Amino acid sequence: MRSRVPWLLVVPAVLGMAFLVLPLAGLLVRAPWSTLPRRLSEPQVLEALRLSLVTASLATVICLVLGVPLAWLLARTDFPGRRLLRALVTVPLVLPPVVGGVALLLVLGRRGLVGQWLESAFGFSLPFTTAGVVVAEAFVAMPFLVIAVEGALRAADVRYEEAAATLGASRFTVFRRVTLPLVAPGVLAGGVLCWARALGEFGATITFAGNFPGRTQTMPLAVYLALETEPEAAIVLSLVLLAVSVLILVALRDRWVGAAA
Amino acid sequence: MTLRARIVVERPAFRLDLDLTVGRGEVVTLLGPNGAGKTTALRALAGLTPLTEGSIELDGVRIEHEPAERRPVGVVFQDYLLFPHLSALDNVAFGPRCQGRSKAEARRRAEELLDRMGLAEFSSVRPRRLSGGQAQRVALARALAVEPRLLLLDEPLAALDAHTRLEIRSELRRRLTGFDGATVLVTHDPLDAMVLADRLVVVENGAVVQEGAPTEIARRPRTDYVARLVGLNLYRGEGDGDRVTVGGLSFAAEEHVTGPAFVAFAPRAVALYRARPDGSPRNLWEGRIDGIERHGDNVRVHVDGPVAVAADVTPAAVAELDLTPGRPIWVSVKATETHAYPA
Repeated sequence: MRSRVPWLLVVPAVLGMAFLVLPLAGLLVRAPWSTLPRRLSEPQVLEALRLSLVTASLATVICLVLGVPLAWLLARTDFPGRRLLRALVTVPLVLPPVVGGVALLLVLGRRGLVGQWLESAFGFSLPFTTAGVVVAEAFVAMPFLVIAVEGALRAADVRYEEAAATLGASRFTVFRRVTLPLVAPGVLAGGVLCWARALGEFGATITFAGNFPGRTQTMPLAVYLALETEPEAAIVLSLVLLAVSVLILVALRDRWVGAAA
Repeated sequence: MTLRARIVVERPAFRLDLDLTVGRGEVVTLLGPNGAGKTTALRALAGLTPLTEGSIELDGVRIEHEPAERRPVGVVFQDYLLFPHLSALDNVAFGPRCQGRSKAEARRRAEELLDRMGLAEFSSVRPRRLSGGQAQRVALARALAVEPRLLLLDEPLAALDAHTRLEIRSELRRRLTGFDGATVLVTHDPLDAMVLADRLVVVENGAVVQEGAPTEIARRPRTDYVARLVGLNLYRGEGDGDRVTVGGLSFAAEEHVTGPAFVAFAPRAVALYRARPDGSPRNLWEGRIDGIERHGDNVRVHVDGPVAVAADVTPAAVAELDLTPGRPIWVSVKATETHAYPA
């Protein structure tokens, strides 16, 4: 016989669930279903969606190229200050994204520490460009990837890497042919999380890249703007983002929960 | 000599210090209890654990400062550690690829080795689908694929169930005989050690306690650990030619020893009596039964007294003599089955 579940736990649990689910249900209830197809095909919506997908994907690629080696360094090597570096890497995780945007402006802006030099050397400026959106998203999303991959690396059996070394593999060959394939599920999960975070990025993007339709106006920015002028459009855009999130969740569920269970 | 090594590895509260020489085509087995440092010695030879001091010379070349990937060493790990994402063939081809051979050449060599191991039809199979014995052969093929001068095997039979073990053990023996470099094998199983080794090196607490041919070690153990492994009663005493004195008892033995000596005899050479036996059997004393346990088809009786002794008797004898723990009992050992040798 199952023991009774205490009310003191059930009541807050149900309230908590309602709190999380109701707003999303509201979104579905208030959605202008009749005009949905027409609104979805509006050029501004398509433009924002395209920009969001492209920038989030580019940001994820940057995060993979830089973040996987960083995770490897944190998980597999020991050097003075490693723990401090690890803490620093995760700062963007808890930093308000707006602050991240301000920080990026100070460094990469036209008068910024690095931006100034970029401008004079290459005539190239990041803020308020599509490239700027990618940079802002990568800045905010990379810690998710690094943490996920580092966790996978720490959980992986290093004895396989030792076995590869005795077979004559250099450290880079070990990484490429043994370590990476072994932690591939972790890298994939980290990449998806990273992509989702980049897709939803708002604060750092609007601060660093501004809000120019077609250039830097991603979906979350479009939602925010539409809410002031055209609430119905905001709901439609939100629905699209919700659909993408659910899709990711389903994809991850098969990868994660399915494998674990 | 192919391998000549002095291995010293220091850790907090542990020191491994052993000398090891292995000839061409010779199989040396490190035998010892868990935690004796056998695996550490193997890792040090492979370059996976740094030496605190010492040297490793292989075919006249010092390799102790080379990293693992540059040593001409092949390793069969405990649990085999086959790469789970690669087929059996790609596992074996991994080493040759790392040595800079072309993909086709590496695969050809891997195919040849798998074929020799009788695994040709398993080349495209992932390790997860292989049986324990098959995985072990793939692991051996993978280690041999780099054409090592030194082959290291860490508990190569530990992952197998008792049923397949027997067969795989003799098969492994045959394959090792075909390898012309030096082989060092680690095990805690005395039977594996006896079958697989040309020479045994017994390691306890990080040091060599006995070394020699398996039959020699089985006949003349020099520590309690080895005596237990080979199933002998072992005592250390003082010999005066005819007899060896151990804790107040005087043993007559087959051999004559003077000075510090060991006395060893098998539990089945021990006879038990309710009352002091007639005549004057030598090597006789009275003790008290300490414990009784099943041992194969027989019963092993532990008797406490001037010296602790294990005796093997038949279940019928247990009933007949009414052997129960705590009962006083007379113990005798035939002098013709008692062996003495210098300590």
